[in-house]
Amino acid sequence: MKLTLKIWRQKSADTKGRLETYNVDGIEEDMSFLEMLDVLNDKLVNEGTEPVEFDHDCREGICGSCSLMINGEPHGPDRKITTCQLHMRRFNDGDTIVIEPFRAKAFPIIKDLIVDRTSFDRIQQAGGFISVNTSGNTIDANTIPIEKENADMSFNAATCIGCGACVAACKNASAMLFTSAKVSQFALLPQGEVEAHERVMSMVDQMDKEGFGNCTNTGACEIECPKGISLENIARMNREYLSASVAG
Amino acid sequence: MTTLDAKIPEGSLAEKWTKHKNNINLVNPANKRNIDIIVVGTGLAGASASATLAELGYNVKTFCFQDSPRRAHSIAAQGGINASKNYQGDGDSDYRLFYDTVKGGDYRSREANVYRLAEVSGNIIDQCVAQGVPFAREYGGLLDNRSFGGVLVSRTFYAKGQTGQQLLLGAYSAMNRQINRGKIKSYTRHEMMDIVLIDGKARGIIARDMISGKIERHSAHAVVLASGGYGNVFFLSTNAMGSNVTAAWRAHRRGAFFANPCFTQIHPTCIPVSGELQSKLTLMSESLRNDGRIWVPAKKEDAEAVRAGKLKPTQIPEEDRDYYLERRYPAFGNLVPRDVASRAAKERCDAGYGVNKTGEAVYLDFASAIERYGKEKAYSSGIENPTAAQIKKLGDEVIEAKYGNLFDMYEKIIDENPYKTPMMIYPAVHYTMGGLWVDYNLMTTIPGCYATGESNFSDHGANRLGASALMQGLADGYFVLPYTIGDYLADDIRTGPISTDHKSFEEAEKNVIDQLESLINVKGDKPVDYFHKKLGKIMWNKCGMSRNEKELKEAIYEISELRQEFYSNVRVTGDAHSKNSELEKAARVADFLELGELFAKDALDRNESCGGHFREEYQTEDGEALRDDDNYRYVSAWEYKGEPKDAVLHKEQLVYDNIELKTRSYK
Repeated sequence: MKLTLKIWRQKSADTKGRLETYNVDGIEEDMSFLEMLDVLNDKLVNEGTEPVEFDHDCREGICGSCSLMINGEPHGPDRKITTCQLHMRRFNDGDTIVIEPFRAKAFPIIKDLIVDRTSFDRIQQAGGFISVNTSGNTIDANTIPIEKENADMSFNAATCIGCGACVAACKNASAMLFTSAKVSQFALLPQGEVEAHERVMSMVDQMDKEGFGNCTNTGACEIECPKGISLENIARMNREYLSASVAG
Repeated sequence: MTTLDAKIPEGSLAEKWTKHKNNINLVNPANKRNIDIIVVGTGLAGASASATLAELGYNVKTFCFQDSPRRAHSIAAQGGINASKNYQGDGDSDYRLFYDTVKGGDYRSREANVYRLAEVSGNIIDQCVAQGVPFAREYGGLLDNRSFGGVLVSRTFYAKGQTGQQLLLGAYSAMNRQINRGKIKSYTRHEMMDIVLIDGKARGIIARDMISGKIERHSAHAVVLASGGYGNVFFLSTNAMGSNVTAAWRAHRRGAFFANPCFTQIHPTCIPVSGELQSKLTLMSESLRNDGRIWVPAKKEDAEAVRAGKLKPTQIPEEDRDYYLERRYPAFGNLVPRDVASRAAKERCDAGYGVNKTGEAVYLDFASAIERYGKEKAYSSGIENPTAAQIKKLGDEVIEAKYGNLFDMYEKIIDENPYKTPMMIYPAVHYTMGGLWVDYNLMTTIPGCYATGESNFSDHGANRLGASALMQGLADGYFVLPYTIGDYLADDIRTGPISTDHKSFEEAEKNVIDQLESLINVKGDKPVDYFHKKLGKIMWNKCGMSRNEKELKEAIYEISELRQEFYSNVRVTGDAHSKNSELEKAARVADFLELGELFAKDALDRNESCGGHFREEYQTEDGEALRDDDNYRYVSAWEYKGEPKDAVLHKEQLVYDNIELKTRSYK
C-alpha cells in the first residue's frame, strides 16, 4: 500500500518543530507500524537526509519504549496494544497518517518523536518500592499466604509498562493511572502494607512536583492504556491517600 | 597457550560456596563509602547488582542505553524462573537443579558455578516475594509452579507470561530505593563505548550521552558489565532492537577473553518470519509446551495442501498428524530441551513438512489441552454430561488464565485466533550462552572487570534450560557478585578516588571520538541496516542451527569481506553531537562484524556437536548430537589480537567430579 505520513520533526528540545509530509510505498499488511517507519527511514537515509527519531526497543509490547500519537490516539487506533504491536493491516491504501510525539509538560520533547519520560522514574524513586534489603535472608516465600484474588489484582496493576499513554490521552496530562498502579500493586500485598502511607504520600507529592495535571475522572487513560490498567487503581490510590492524610 | 585459572574453591561441591564466602576478604562498611563501582546495563543482572552493592554501602553508577533502567530486555522474558524450592514435593533439590542444568547444557558448563546457582535459587524467590513481586498463586494462597523443558519436576515460578517484567520491576524498585538514598547515580540514554584500564586494572569507562552526543569519562574502582547477550549478531532475533555486544566486545578488545562465542540458543517456539522487511522476531514462551503439542502433517501432500492454503490444520485427522517430538522422545515429549526441539523442527521442515507459506513453520496445538481442562472444569463445577461447546468454553477459560497474554500477542501479529486454530511456530535466535570468560568470582581476565548475567559464559554450557536465565541474572546480581567483588576491592580501601585525568582516559576517549567521526566520514552508499541484515543472513545460513566446516570457512571469509565493505561504504547520516540512532547502530554493527567472525572461527574449532552447537559432521546414526569429551571438554576462551582471524585460543579444561558424563538422552 501507499501512504502519506505527516510526521512531527523537531531538531532538539529548544528548537521549533513542525509537521512534515512524506510518502511511502510498498507497505505490506503484515508489517508492524514501526517496520513501516523503518521503511521510511531507510528511504530517508538513502536520500541522504536524517531519519525520523522515535523510541522503540523490544518491539513486542512489553518494554514501554515506544509511544507516538497516531491520528490523535496514543499507540494508534487499536485497544490494548502498543505502537510496536500495531500492524499495517489496520490501515488502507492511500491513507494519510498523522504521527506526533506524546505531549505533556512533564514529557519534554528531545528530538522528533522522542520525549523525556524520566519524570516517571522520579515518581517511582520517591516511593515505588518496599524497603527490604536484597540479602535474600528474608522469610521463606510461602510463609505468608496471599489470597489469590489479591495476588491477581496486584499482578494486574503491576503489568504497567510505564509508556505514558495515560498521560498523553488525558486532557489534563495527569499521571494518576501510572502512579496508582504501583501504589495498588503494593497496597494489595501484605509485604507492601507496612509502608503504604508513606509510599502514597511521597509518590503523589512527586507526581505533583513533576507538573502532571489533576484527575477529573474522564477515564481516557484506561481506554488508551495498552495493558488495560483499571481506573479502580485510581480509586484505590485516592482511598490510600485519604487514609494516609488522616493518619498524618 | 596459557592455562586459565577459574579459581574454583577447594572442598566438596556443596561446601565450596559457603567456604569461599568465609575465606574471602571483606571491606568494612566505612571503607565501602570510599569505593565507587560502575555497573553497565540495568537488566536483571545489572539492576540487582546495583541495588545490592548500594545497600552494602558502595557508591554505584549505573549506565543503560534505554531511557529508563526498567526497559532493559530482561523485561521481555516470559515463562518463569527456576528455583529448587521443592514446594511441589516432587523430589526436587539443589543437586537435581544442578544436575539438570549441567546435563541440559550438554556438559560444557562449570560444575562449581552451576551448583552455586542452584544453591542460591531458593533465596531469589524469597527475596522477590519480600519486595512485592506478584507471582502466580494457588487458591490456598501459596505459590504456584509449572514445568519447563529438559526437567522432570515442577520448579518454575511465574507471573503469567510476564515473569521477566515482574522480576525486573522488582529489581528496578530496589534500585530506585537506592537512587532515592543517593547511593546510586543512574545514567540513562548513555552507552558504554570503552573500558579504561590503569596499570592493567579496570578503572572506568568512556560513555556517550546519546542525547547530547557528549563523550564522558567515568571512573571507578571496579567495572561490572551486565550488558546482556549478542543474539542480534543474527539481525533477526527475539532480542530487543537495541541489544548489542558493544560493552562486552570493547572489554574484549582491552583484554577480556571471550568464551564459547558459538554457543547460541535457537529457541524452538517463536513466531515464524513473515517477510523481508521484518525487524525482529517474537518468542512464544516455552511454558506453552506444558500444554501445547507440536506436530506437522504426516503426509507430504497434506503439508503441500496446507502451504497452498487448500487445507486447514483443523481438517487434518488425528491419525494423519506427526507429533514428532512425542514420537522421537517419548520420555520428555514436547518438553525436550530447546536445542533438541529446534533441530527436530528444522529436520521436519527441511524434509518438506513445513506448514506456512515459506515452509518454515510447525504447529503448536492446544486443542487437546483445551478439551482436557474443559472436562476437568466441567466435572469440578458439577456439570453432568457437558456439551462439546461447554467443554470448549471452560477449557478456553483455563488456557486464557494461564497464557492469555501470549495468545493475544500471537493473534495481534499473525491475525489468527490460537484458541481456534493451532499456532504456527519456528525456531529463532534467542539467547547466547557464550560471553565474557569469568572465573568463579565472576571476574573477567581484566582485573577489576566483572561480567554477570547473559554477558558472561559460565552457567549454561552449550544450551540453556528454560527459566534459567532469570535465575542466573538475579543470582549473580543479588547473591554472588556482591560477595566476590569485596574480595578484590579489599585492596582498594586506600586507593582514593580515581582521577579521570589519567592518560588512559585521554587515550580511550580519543579513540572513541575518532571511531565515531570516521564512521560518519565514510559517507558511502549503504545504510547501516544493509550491513547488519547481510551479516545476519550469513550467520543464520552458515552458523545457525546446523553448521559444517565448509560453510563456516565461507562465513569467515564473507564476514571479513563484509567488514571491509562496511568501512568503505557505510552511510551514517547526521552528526556525532546530537541524538543520532544511525550512528548508534553503526558503532554496534562494527562490533557485531568482528564478533560474527570470531563466532564462526569458534564453531569451526569445535569439532563436535554439543547442545546448541550442531556440526553436521558429528552426529549419531539417528541424527542426535555427537559430543567428543576426550578432545573438546573445554571452554574456548579467545584473546583479542587485532583481527578476529588472529584471535588466540586459550582452553579451560572442564572437570566433572560430581557428575558422570553421559550422552544426553531425552528418549
